[in-house]
Amino acid sequence: MSLQFVVDGLLTGSMIGLGAIGVTLTYSILRFSNFAHGDFMAWGTYATLAVVSAIGATFGKVAPIAPLSFGWPLLVALVVGMAFTALLALLLDRVLFSRLRSQGQAIIVVMASFGASMALRSLLEFTFSSRPTYFSRAIQIAMPVGFGIRVTPDQIALLLLTTVLVLGVHLLMTRTQTGRAMQALSQNAALARIVGIDVASVVRVTWIIGGALACVAGVMIGILVQIRPFMGFDMLLPMFAAAILGGIGSIPGAVLGGLIIGLAEAGAVQLIGAEWRAAVSFIILMAVLFVRPIGLFGVRER
Amino acid sequence: MIDLIGYGAFFLTTALIFSLVTLGLNLQWGLTGLFNVGLAGFVAIGAYTSALLTTPDDAARLGGFGLPILVGWLGAMVVGGIAAALTGMATLRLRSDYLAITTFGVAVVVQLVALNAQKLTGGPFGIGFIPRPFGSLAETPLLFNLSNLAVVCAVTLIAYLALEHLSRSPWGRVLKALREDERAAISLGKSARFYRVQAFAVGGAIMALAGALQAHFTGFIAPDNYLPILTFQVWVMLIVGGSGSNFGAVIGSILVWGIWAGSGTLTSVLFAPEQQARAASLQIVAIGVMLCVILLIRPNGLFGDRPRRPRFGKRAKAAAIKSSSGS
Repeated sequence: MSLQFVVDGLLTGSMIGLGAIGVTLTYSILRFSNFAHGDFMAWGTYATLAVVSAIGATFGKVAPIAPLSFGWPLLVALVVGMAFTALLALLLDRVLFSRLRSQGQAIIVVMASFGASMALRSLLEFTFSSRPTYFSRAIQIAMPVGFGIRVTPDQIALLLLTTVLVLGVHLLMTRTQTGRAMQALSQNAALARIVGIDVASVVRVTWIIGGALACVAGVMIGILVQIRPFMGFDMLLPMFAAAILGGIGSIPGAVLGGLIIGLAEAGAVQLIGAEWRAAVSFIILMAVLFVRPIGLFGVRER
Repeated sequence: MIDLIGYGAFFLTTALIFSLVTLGLNLQWGLTGLFNVGLAGFVAIGAYTSALLTTPDDAARLGGFGLPILVGWLGAMVVGGIAAALTGMATLRLRSDYLAITTFGVAVVVQLVALNAQKLTGGPFGIGFIPRPFGSLAETPLLFNLSNLAVVCAVTLIAYLALEHLSRSPWGRVLKALREDERAAISLGKSARFYRVQAFAVGGAIMALAGALQAHFTGFIAPDNYLPILTFQVWVMLIVGGSGSNFGAVIGSILVWGIWAGSGTLTSVLFAPEQQARAASLQIVAIGVMLCVILLIRPNGLFGDRPRRPRFGKRAKAAAIKSSSGS
């Protein structure tokens, strides 16, 4: 068995992990599983694609940065896309989720997110059709790095980007006042309110981080695989599984969970075939729920 | 005129099969408060089980046992019920969202098996030649449609009456008690998990039966019939009708299926053939927005019986303060 699956698994794992951070934050702070999270991913990717095309139309063809398949337009577009996705998440919260949350029935919010997910995805399909598109059609040459493993420059860049982002979010959560407020709210909402934590701003930050990271994960999928309206919906089960495997509320857990699921998926593709890939996260999810429902880094709910 | 009656019968048959799924969902959600976002999976399990049991022997795949249709329906209910019970056992002692995620996963996996386990399910080509009740009448479409409608009507009526009886029985009252105030019910000595698994299994069995009915009504099944859109349609039907009410579940199904079929016809008239796929996705957007709007402004639907006031205790007091200061 070739070790190539390790690289593929790490990359898939990064995408899942980045998405799972948003899922785990919404779950632990806003207390509901957001089924629309995958569609944030797809919307962010299409927004980024739109900005890339807009830049292409204004400045003409821009040469990619040396070994990578993309140039500065994609980097600019990614930042715009992240902002757009964060805004989309905030808007959806304002219009839908916050109103339902105030009624106090968590599961109604989940249902609304399921409805919103369907509507968002179909709106993408309506606007861009269901045909897959790409950021670039150029084929990169993979470099051998030993042990029979080959990687492309894009893959290295994206792994680095993931590391930087995860580290950044981790520092934000543990070193800043906002991050501590988020942790407090997730551990004991009532107590957090009593000590004067500004709940509304914590909720905003949660959506901004979740939305922005979902956009990055989506763009990664767009660069390495392809862009489709269903791309985020297909990631939903792996993201939930990663968040639960890592322990709800834990950001390192979500990332580690994502990596484990990514590696397991890549391994399964080699062993039993690509068509069963989607079952891997379900099997891991069921195993976690039966054996250790609080996950790797979870704490028992009080 | 004859065509119109035939179409009416066909429309009602489809709507009533949907209403059977909605009745199953109403037992799970409306009565017990269990959130199932993978019901398409359970419908598919029923359809495939019944198809395998009743189709004639086929060399290309396993089974084709050629059993009577009724055996197929019973088998569908048993397998659907077992699948639902297993799902429930894994998740029902945990937070309610876990059930949602797990059922979602069940639907994904069922879809995967339907697509890839060629030996069992025929893969993407599906299973054909599923025996149809009154298949001998297929020569005269009107009679065929009407007799199908009669069968589906009878099954729906039986399920409806059984569920009405169940929800008034002591068993149903325990489920409602668990939905309204779990702690109070547990303190009276009722095992929350045990009752919930039962309710989830019975609901799953009804959904599977609906899948089997549909399979025998159309004579052909394929993985594409059981995409997440099915789950979504049924949820909208229940929310429009009003969760908690079996009557609402049936009326909601007919109403929403009417809107769905009507808007489908409308888009096929208004849009050019190459735009049809896009128009269809717009149809889904409209229904999705409708679901969210109903949840926001009329969470009880048309006939729902979910009490407006939250459970007693802290929240009810808060709600009482809120409503008295608001008025």
